[in-house]
Amino acid sequence: MSGEQILFWLFAIMACGGAIGVVINQIVVRMAVSLIVCLASVSALFFLQNADFVGAVQLMVYVGGTIILLIFGIMLTSSSPFSKIESSPAEGFLAAGIGALFLAIIAFTVTQVNWDQQAAMVAAASPAKAVQDGYNPEADGNTSRPLAMSFLGLRPDQGGNAPGYLLPFEIVSVHLLVVLIGAAYLARTKRRAASEA
Amino acid sequence: MSLVLANSPILDLFGGGATPLEGWPWFFVALLHTILIGLFFGLPAGVFIWAERKVSGRIQDRLGPTRVGGRFGWLQSAADGAKLIQKEDLVPKDADSLLFRAAPYIVVVASFAAFMFLPFGDGWSAVSTDVGLFLMFAMLSLEVIGVILAGYCSGSKWALFGAMREAAQMISYEIPMAICGLVPILIVGSLNLNEIVHYQSGDGGFPSLTLLNWNIFHPIAAPAFVLYFVCATASCKRAPFDLAEAESELVAGFLTEYSGMRWSFFFLAEYASMFAVSAIAAILFLGGWDDGIGIVSGLKSSDSAVAQFLGSGVGAVVLIAKASKLVFVQIWVRWTLPRLRIDQVMTTCLKYLIPMSCALFLAAAIYPLALNQGMGRTDLRSPIGNRVPKRSDENHQASASPAPVLTEVAAAHGEVAQ
Repeated sequence: MSGEQILFWLFAIMACGGAIGVVINQIVVRMAVSLIVCLASVSALFFLQNADFVGAVQLMVYVGGTIILLIFGIMLTSSSPFSKIESSPAEGFLAAGIGALFLAIIAFTVTQVNWDQQAAMVAAASPAKAVQDGYNPEADGNTSRPLAMSFLGLRPDQGGNAPGYLLPFEIVSVHLLVVLIGAAYLARTKRRAASEA
Repeated sequence: MSLVLANSPILDLFGGGATPLEGWPWFFVALLHTILIGLFFGLPAGVFIWAERKVSGRIQDRLGPTRVGGRFGWLQSAADGAKLIQKEDLVPKDADSLLFRAAPYIVVVASFAAFMFLPFGDGWSAVSTDVGLFLMFAMLSLEVIGVILAGYCSGSKWALFGAMREAAQMISYEIPMAICGLVPILIVGSLNLNEIVHYQSGDGGFPSLTLLNWNIFHPIAAPAFVLYFVCATASCKRAPFDLAEAESELVAGFLTEYSGMRWSFFFLAEYASMFAVSAIAAILFLGGWDDGIGIVSGLKSSDSAVAQFLGSGVGAVVLIAKASKLVFVQIWVRWTLPRLRIDQVMTTCLKYLIPMSCALFLAAAIYPLALNQGMGRTDLRSPIGNRVPKRSDENHQASASPAPVLTEVAAAHGEVAQ
């Protein structure tokens, strides 16, 4: 087994362990920490795939942002420290059923893929061929450079120019900003109404 | 993510350069680099804690430590460390013991991970990536998780209040800090820390005043540097922003329940991240490992492996000297300025620093456009040396064939122009 494979298995097991920890733990803070382990391991898996940018975004947005929001939520809403969530057996069965269905979908999808054909397509159109042509992913930058260029609409793999992702990205970010301001506004008015009453 | 070991001059010295090492030699060199980064992480903390004592002593008209280690009390940090190791490792009864124990490690690991991306010399970093600055900020932003956990899981009100303040402050100040960090990114056009330094050093060879190339002399980047440094001081929870540890109101903030080694881990991480943010400031604004008169770039452009090795060594010394000076300024500020109130801290950030940094960001975007209309170039200063951002591998890569992706993109640009 190569070093990369060992690291892959290590982080894959940690990601799954973290996910199981979220389900098994009953103390809310520990659930949040298990979620950190899970998401950080997934970002490590991104790094192993040479996807620096996606890994960094995963760390910044999910681990550094969402989880902190979650912990703040726990801090501000729970009545006692280390509050527990105890689910009823019915909820457990329901959740297990949905989880099993989701697992079945993923397992079905993975086994239905013709991996030989996929491998041939990947070999024909991407990094491996670029490396043959003299592209050095270690020195010339890995996935982040093509990513940034396709953002601006420069798609060498599609013959030069293609529609960029800049406009959709901006629309989505403005949309998120509107949602954020709306949420803050709603939370504020509710509190003011409560204090008046 | 690519290991730059294959391009690093130390490896050239060991393996002759052209072919990347594999197997045991590679492992040996990787181990050496790991130990070096560990030293860069651990030693400054000790030195800066000693410096903090000496500087605070001088500012308060005292002598500071004088006896430990003979003269100047230079072994004071080691003595402190020995004392802290011997202390009892207490866990409060009400604490969540697992998370309480884990919190210091999260903080230390987060600030240590940031050191992986620092280019100490030309092309000499543990991990070189095109999104280096972004990754460094991402790693440093994880520190706050450890702080929140430490406060929340201590089972103490002081710790909880301290952690709440601390987390609010760190998260808020990260915003203007990152926006100020974007100003040099706009000037240079790369997130790769090594390329940012290459742009500023200009690769001019020995007798050339590359000092004037540094971003600090750029009219937009100079105020951005000041803003960045203020925000960096706040995000390292240093005075005048050390509300979380305000002794008179909050005992010791999130550190209240900690003792011994776990307590000292928080301080190790604090001084290490002071060094990390100062090194980022040095790289973004003060030319990184460039010495200002072209010694490093002269040595690096030589053919001999020994000269290149020397160039990297000199570069590392220059970078550490710059970062240490900025840390000294942080210490100096701490013992000179009074502490702000928590509402003043948040007002400073949200009402003043964020709008100012956004204005600077806009100015940095418009400035080159306006100059290009009037003067036909994007910078007021005439460039010294070749200031096009250079790819970090070109010094050492024997087969420097351009990447097909980039040439095709250039062709696409040409088509657009026609």
